[in-house]
Amino acid sequence: MKFSFSSEQEEFRSSLRRFLADRSPTKEVRRLMETEAGYERDGWRAINAELGLTAIRIPEAYGGQGFGFGEQCLVLEEMGRVLLCAPYFATAVLAAGAILNAGTEAEKKALLPGIAAGETFATLAWVEGIGRWDAEGTALTATTANGGTVLNGKKTYVVDGHTADLIVVLAQAPEGLSLFTVHGDAAGLIRSSLKSMDPTRKFARLEFNDVAAAPLGTTGRAAAPFARTMLEAAVCLANEMVGGADRLREDALAYAMMRMQFGKPIASFQLMKHKQADMLLEVELAKSAAYYAAASLDDGDDDAAANAHLAKACASDTYLQTAIHAVQIHGGIGFTWDNDTHLWFKRAKSSEVLLGDASYHRELMMQNWAAGG
Amino acid sequence: MTEIDEASVRAEVRAWLESNWNPDFGLVEWRHKLAESGWGVPHWPSRWYGRDLPVGLVPVVEEEFKRIGAIGVAKVGIRTLAAATILEHGTDLQKEKFLLRILTGEDIWCQLFSEPGSGSDVAGAVTRAEFRGNQWVVNGQKVWTTSAHKAHWGLLLARTDWDQKKHQGLSYFILDMKQPGVTVQPLRQMNGHASFNQVFLTDAKVEPEFLVSEVGNGWAVTTTTLMHERRGADGLRSWAIASDRPGRAYDGEREEIRTTMEPYKWYPQRAGRVDLIMERARATGKINDPVLRQEIAKVLITAKAAEWTARRARTAQEQGRPQGPEGSLGKLASSQIARAAARVHTSLLGPDVLLTGEDTPMNGLLAEILVSVPATSIAGGTDEIQRNIISERVLKMPRERTGDTDKPFKDVPRNIVA
Repeated sequence: MKFSFSSEQEEFRSSLRRFLADRSPTKEVRRLMETEAGYERDGWRAINAELGLTAIRIPEAYGGQGFGFGEQCLVLEEMGRVLLCAPYFATAVLAAGAILNAGTEAEKKALLPGIAAGETFATLAWVEGIGRWDAEGTALTATTANGGTVLNGKKTYVVDGHTADLIVVLAQAPEGLSLFTVHGDAAGLIRSSLKSMDPTRKFARLEFNDVAAAPLGTTGRAAAPFARTMLEAAVCLANEMVGGADRLREDALAYAMMRMQFGKPIASFQLMKHKQADMLLEVELAKSAAYYAAASLDDGDDDAAANAHLAKACASDTYLQTAIHAVQIHGGIGFTWDNDTHLWFKRAKSSEVLLGDASYHRELMMQNWAAGG
Repeated sequence: MTEIDEASVRAEVRAWLESNWNPDFGLVEWRHKLAESGWGVPHWPSRWYGRDLPVGLVPVVEEEFKRIGAIGVAKVGIRTLAAATILEHGTDLQKEKFLLRILTGEDIWCQLFSEPGSGSDVAGAVTRAEFRGNQWVVNGQKVWTTSAHKAHWGLLLARTDWDQKKHQGLSYFILDMKQPGVTVQPLRQMNGHASFNQVFLTDAKVEPEFLVSEVGNGWAVTTTTLMHERRGADGLRSWAIASDRPGRAYDGEREEIRTTMEPYKWYPQRAGRVDLIMERARATGKINDPVLRQEIAKVLITAKAAEWTARRARTAQEQGRPQGPEGSLGKLASSQIARAAARVHTSLLGPDVLLTGEDTPMNGLLAEILVSVPATSIAGGTDEIQRNIISERVLKMPRERTGDTDKPFKDVPRNIVA
């Protein structure tokens, strides 16, 4: 497999980087993270309208642009660099991924164009109080009532769950594990926003009391499409994370070059130089893993699952370690609220655990390899 | 001239190989033919055994060689570095004399840079070359010289002017290794092998025409050699695999690989043998230990990520785009991987770590890993030097002030001997 970015992709990356730097400076991030929603609908719609970001990986038949994970992950990496406050991951990765993997042709035609156009904000609700990232902990029930389906139970850690228009829900139906969609304002749905440690990514708790739901795909057959969605989401998140890690590393380097102590820049101390070299190594390795995992998904590589776990494990360790170094390099000011480092530190910490931490993914990778001989 | 494209290059080399390759040639005989054709080193200048082909198309030519099973020019060892250096800095006379016999494998080369007093600081060399009468006379000691005992020629860095500053007082020579003034002694390592040598130079002679570039320009030439060494580091470390096919040419190649690779036979062990981890974990049943599984996963993740990083750098280069920082990180990554792999192999070996040689599994190969890995973070530029290079050249961090470049080299402090 050949993997690296084409010149067109690199050009897209640099224009996207300029655009996002302009639209999402840290000042804007700080303003939006203090809001209840965590983003502004109109602001995000305007950004999305200009670049069609939610449409990237949605096939043209459903109103999208039909690109692969390579392109979508590039977008996520750039969003991760600037901590863009937008419902992108929930909508274009989690929800769109579940719909693409599980939905029937008619469901895809009905649901995806709205997401591609940036009209529908969506998310996926699968984790419950037990805190498992796989389907094992699913207790929320789907039962038949009055010729339709109703959902009863609780979901938590739902990314942007308090603001989504459309929620894809993982449930236990009599037929087995199933996916459904419900409207954000459905009767019987109680949404509470949670206090998120990382204020740039908000989570919600959802309580379902006889909430009317529409099936997504074949009822009872959601295990495989759901698992696939988790793998893809892990790769997407890993790419978002390496973007943030690279930015942290660059900022810490710039600070070390500027900061004078004992009459010279702290960047001239060999210990600092060696630390920066190690940080670069670690971030570049994590980038390669994230890029390769995305390419594996696009190519339908046999190792795509193992590579997805590998990339997320690598990104989890690297992003947090880079954040720890970045605070340390800044010294006292790095521990203050006014300094921006903590914004990325918190994203690193939150992303480390979201979708499963490094140990979890290492174990899954080993199971994959052990199974593959 | 027609445009050079992949398809026409492929067709041309394939046609040439089909009408010329014959496994019953003698190895040297075949390589002479190959060198004349330009297909042995197609990216070299057409005047010197090449075809001026862009580097990006070399893999196409290599694929065709592989397809038909044809043997290429001699590539293993220091000779490739000698060729690259002579191509860039050598005189026509030097190219005439040396390049062909490098390609045919008739000459063996060694590199005489490191000294007991200058390892990481190669430019601190104190081996002395003086012009006396009509030739250069060399005195000093070199170390870590692979293949010195077999080499016909050595790439020699020596100091020719002690009144100049450190880097300006150096010159670069091609030294005839088969002369009375050159004494070679094996150097035994902590893992018991003796892959390297010490070379003692006592009034060794160099003809004036074997000075490379000009007097005082030795550091620039050395940099060329070192650059190629780093670039080709993966190649030097990779294992040359002999074909098992019948034919005189293959016989010759098998013999060549056997002798050339002899000093490198423990190199796979110094890299940590990541490739053996999973099979050993299964064989010992320790794959079911959840703690060890995590440690194994960490090594495998870093190894994969490093492999993909190298591939990313290579692809960028092949596409003619500038290499990002990913190109400079491989050496540092391999140290990290080797150490982590040695830790995992320790857990897998258990009490057998206490033993060595044939009293341990795989006839001592695993035990050899544990006492070979320390070389990885030292040989070819220590981790510390790699970090300096990365931080200064890639990250553009300030260079450290050194105490030896602002004065004549004769006034620079040397090791303190009590």
